[in-house]
Amino acid sequence: MKNLIISSISAVSLMFGASAYAASTVTASGSTSVTGVMEVLAEKYQATQADAVEVQGTGSGAGIRAANDGTSMIGMSSRAVADDELKAGVKQFTMAMDGIAVAVNNANGVQDLSAEQVKKIYMGEITNWSEVGGANMPIVAVTREVGSGTRGAFEDIMGLIRKINGQKVTAISPRAQVQSGNGAIKTLVANNPAAIGYISLGSVDESLRTVKVDGAPATKEAIRAGEYGVARPFVLMVQEDTAAEAQRFIDFIMGEEGAQIIESEGYIDVQ
Amino acid sequence: MSDVVTVNHAPTAKQSGQVVKALEASANRVDWANHLFKYLFMLSAFIGVFSVGLIGYFLIKEGMPALSYAGVTNFVFGMEWVPPVLFGIAPMIVASLISALGAVVIGVPVALLTAIFLAEVAPKRVADVVRPAVELLAGIPSVVYGFFGLVIIVPMVEKVFNIPAGNTLMAAIIVLAVMILPTVIAISETALRAVPRSYKEGSLALGASPMFTIFKVLLPAARSGILAGVVLGIARAIGETMAIIMVMGNSPAMPRHLLDSARSLTANIAMEMAYATGLHSSALYTTGIVLLVFVMVLNATLLYLNREKAR
Repeated sequence: MKNLIISSISAVSLMFGASAYAASTVTASGSTSVTGVMEVLAEKYQATQADAVEVQGTGSGAGIRAANDGTSMIGMSSRAVADDELKAGVKQFTMAMDGIAVAVNNANGVQDLSAEQVKKIYMGEITNWSEVGGANMPIVAVTREVGSGTRGAFEDIMGLIRKINGQKVTAISPRAQVQSGNGAIKTLVANNPAAIGYISLGSVDESLRTVKVDGAPATKEAIRAGEYGVARPFVLMVQEDTAAEAQRFIDFIMGEEGAQIIESEGYIDVQ
Repeated sequence: MSDVVTVNHAPTAKQSGQVVKALEASANRVDWANHLFKYLFMLSAFIGVFSVGLIGYFLIKEGMPALSYAGVTNFVFGMEWVPPVLFGIAPMIVASLISALGAVVIGVPVALLTAIFLAEVAPKRVADVVRPAVELLAGIPSVVYGFFGLVIIVPMVEKVFNIPAGNTLMAAIIVLAVMILPTVIAISETALRAVPRSYKEGSLALGASPMFTIFKVLLPAARSGILAGVVLGIARAIGETMAIIMVMGNSPAMPRHLLDSARSLTANIAMEMAYATGLHSSALYTTGIVLLVFVMVLNATLLYLNREKAR
């Protein structure tokens, strides 16, 4: 008990002691998909040292602009950033990869699909497994609900996007079955031999089977090697002469502890 | 017994003086308990009314942006649900109505015959087993119905109709039909039991068979009560969410037949609430307004039926 009191007093004094030195704030803005994991990283980071971190979700395009203009110390993007999109003196790091597995029932014979075939299945243009080398059986496409991060990433990567009134919206067929959550999709695909679904890579287990996309298996190794197509990088951008506190935060993210947090959030650490 | 004895004795002058004093005292004293309970009753009554008002106000306030963006016609008759651009909930209105009506078509005959069985036909010992079983049906949480539907009904629909996915309107109708049974049975049985005994006795005395009596005398006499049960059953079916999400497939497209996947109004709200922002979120509240209107129409029907009954 005495120990507890002493340790809590020292913990409290540490907190106040630390805040006395919290002079600098690291700012990061960009992709809303990256924001989730960045906030967790920021929270863990703030617990260990004095600097504060502010994370804003504004979209990948805005993140690239922010890094170029220097309006944020760190820009975030959930798609690959071409070198000519960045001004001279702005460097980029891939902090993590976000992978999505395309999965079918264990009884389904189809082993390999092309990205184009997956896209057409979800657009409702391919409706029978025989069209993609399987048994003569209608395809039951299962998708996540609108607004889900996994669905957003899947649509982005597969190009399942169309424009209505100038706004980007989903191109996934309204006939596709909708389930909320990785678990619900897994249950449906695991119980229906005709079903196809997509789930985050971390949720895959032996109740269903992932298919190869363009010949590459849905594994962390294939994603790190850049072979598996249904994946996207989470990119951080900073100016070379950025503030020391921003560099310290990036070192934390790219370090051992950052890698653990990235993995525990369900993304693939690339180091 | 002792009261009777006291009345027989004439009260003494002293006693009656005391009674008068006590009466005067009680007339002057403010009866706090009486007031307290009066206002407690009133407060309780207002909590309900206040909640309904607050929910209605909240739904309309939150739903207005999407309604004014899309317009009532586009919203209610629109065929495409593509947030955050197109907010058409016609497919979901159709799915909600079809699933509720289907449940009534299958569930009500079964419920009505069960109610007749319990009220008129069953020996007491059998009724004592059937009635608690039906009441237990009412207490099962809807997620359990959904799970039952997912594990039993969905694969059954797949096999019977030979379709690739059993998550269909048909599966939802079957699950809902079971779910509305206890409501319709309980209210219909009460209505049948409320029919005066003289009707039944008169009919039987005139030589009518028991079955003739049930169908030509008791059922017509209990009609408005039975209809009230049916309306409450529809309301339960329209409002059901969890079980429907698990068995109906939730596709936001207009169902072409009963073996198509579909999404109900309630499922639309529950599925997309977690991640919705801005107009999309507002459109879910607007879906709630449409549901509220449905329930109000149903309740108005119920009030009308009960008025018929009272007359």
